[in-house]
Amino acid sequence: MARLGSFDLHHRLAASLVTPEIEALVASIPKPIGSFGYDPWGYNEDSFKLGLGVARLLYDKYFRVTAHGLENIPAEGRALIVGNHSGQLPMDGVLVGVAAATNPHGPRLARAMIERFFPTVPWLGNYLNALGGVIGDPLNCAKMLDMDEAIIVFPEGVRGSGKLYRKRYQLQRFGNGFMHLAMTHRAPIVPVGIVGCEETMPALANLGPIAKLLGIPYLPIVPSLLPLPARVYLNFGKPMYFDPAASEDEVTAQVETVKAELRRLIQVGLDERTSLY
Amino acid sequence: MASRAPAAKKKTVLVTGAAGSLAKRVIARLHGRYHVIAVDFRRKVETDAGIPSYLVELHKRGFEDIFASHKIDAVIHIGRIFAHEKTRQQRYNANVLGCKRLLELCHKYKVGQVMIHSTYFVYGASAYNPALIDEDAPLKASEVTQDLVDSVELESLANIYLWKHPELNITILRPCNVLGPGVRNSMSILLSRKVAPVLLGFSPLMQFLHVDDMADAMVVAFEANRPGIYNVAPDDYVPYQEAVRQCGARRLPVLSVPPSLPKLVSSMLNWNAFFPPYLINYFKYPVILDGRRFRDTFGWRPRRNLNDIFTFYRKQKLVTSD
Repeated sequence: MARLGSFDLHHRLAASLVTPEIEALVASIPKPIGSFGYDPWGYNEDSFKLGLGVARLLYDKYFRVTAHGLENIPAEGRALIVGNHSGQLPMDGVLVGVAAATNPHGPRLARAMIERFFPTVPWLGNYLNALGGVIGDPLNCAKMLDMDEAIIVFPEGVRGSGKLYRKRYQLQRFGNGFMHLAMTHRAPIVPVGIVGCEETMPALANLGPIAKLLGIPYLPIVPSLLPLPARVYLNFGKPMYFDPAASEDEVTAQVETVKAELRRLIQVGLDERTSLY
Repeated sequence: MASRAPAAKKKTVLVTGAAGSLAKRVIARLHGRYHVIAVDFRRKVETDAGIPSYLVELHKRGFEDIFASHKIDAVIHIGRIFAHEKTRQQRYNANVLGCKRLLELCHKYKVGQVMIHSTYFVYGASAYNPALIDEDAPLKASEVTQDLVDSVELESLANIYLWKHPELNITILRPCNVLGPGVRNSMSILLSRKVAPVLLGFSPLMQFLHVDDMADAMVVAFEANRPGIYNVAPDDYVPYQEAVRQCGARRLPVLSVPPSLPKLVSSMLNWNAFFPPYLINYFKYPVILDGRRFRDTFGWRPRRNLNDIFTFYRKQKLVTSD
């Protein structure tokens, strides 16, 4: 009976999270899947609906996200959504994903790149894949762009997400990989300035040596283990197109253009923000 | 496929592993349009009239006599000892040395076309695998386990011959899991069982191909003769645990952490035929092939879907449970 009870609860919970609106949104996302609802990377439509149901509540009620420039996310075709990374936990990726999936100008499944150790974690690895997460291998990105998917990229990586609060809204070093992908696969870069996620988990210090022992990228000292309910502002900029560069220096210069645009978009968000929480 | 008119003189095709379900189907498809010679190391295969059949081990004497007494135009090498059939040493001899001997004989007797049936296992199952693996990806199986070294070495050998002797017109096929009636590979034995082990918290995506589709693929590729290396896989994917359910089997959860535990369980319970220790990683991490190159080159598409494949295993269980 207990089993039956929990089964029932699970279904009721699912029914309350996956609203007809979310059903309709996911149904309108242009995303080819196989006969059991999976794509080659393990994305599963049913899991995504459930995940979107939860994330939507966080987006609307908890972080009270204000998003501008959603029309800049192409309704179809390949795209790299490039943002500034912050907040220790990848809440920024989740929120950009919700913004893309619920975009009134055409909902998109925006794939998040996950850390390479996640697939080794039981349940979590499969679950993140089912939600659309993919390990950040350039080969995965290349195949996905070829198949006209939209990908969320944080070129700062853990340098951005793990930085201390005193360095908030300062872009850390960018890798050039995303620019090479954009050029080779002729994919537009949609920049997004993310404001607010720095305040969800302000890190005062990083216990680097202990993190190293534990095999994790960083271990911050934070006031709360749960993300704080900071208001989040997402500003999407116009798609940027780049021609193949002649040299690596030229690639770096192009990356700088993207960084400059991101700094501008972050400033737009900081200017419109009236209250942190 | 019957559209292709037989040449003035019928070609002679030697097919190895003739006792296996895949080779039987390939032989049936070639029979009539080609002179087929069936070879197997397990037993002398009962064949249709007009198909000479030999019991011979590839790496032993006697194999050359077949080449000497028939003018062989092409070889389709399917025969392989599975890991659960013999010891590692015997397997190495048969699979690697046998293949080397086969290629040497093909070269010596001027065989014009060689097709080699490899496996997706050569890519290795790792947490870091990207999905949609291309043919030029590194073969990392031997990194995972010593027990797959023979698969990788067989491929390396074939690759050397592919570049060194273009006149052999070597085609290497790397299929995903091939399933269906009569198939006796680990995955097929596993899905035929009423209870199938699964690793707690891991359900890697898999690709499955019906043995009839694989036979069609081999014949199409054989007739087109476009040498090279090809993955053979559909563009449909299903997690392993879902496949187990769909095949009407109950899942037996096995603790997956620490990683050595499921290997230990497998060895202790002697699950070598269907859930062997060296394949544990393939039940943990996905190895998803990009089959586009084969599909585009040969215009082949599988005609049976996942449900057709699973239905066979479901029905099989209904029959045997009575």
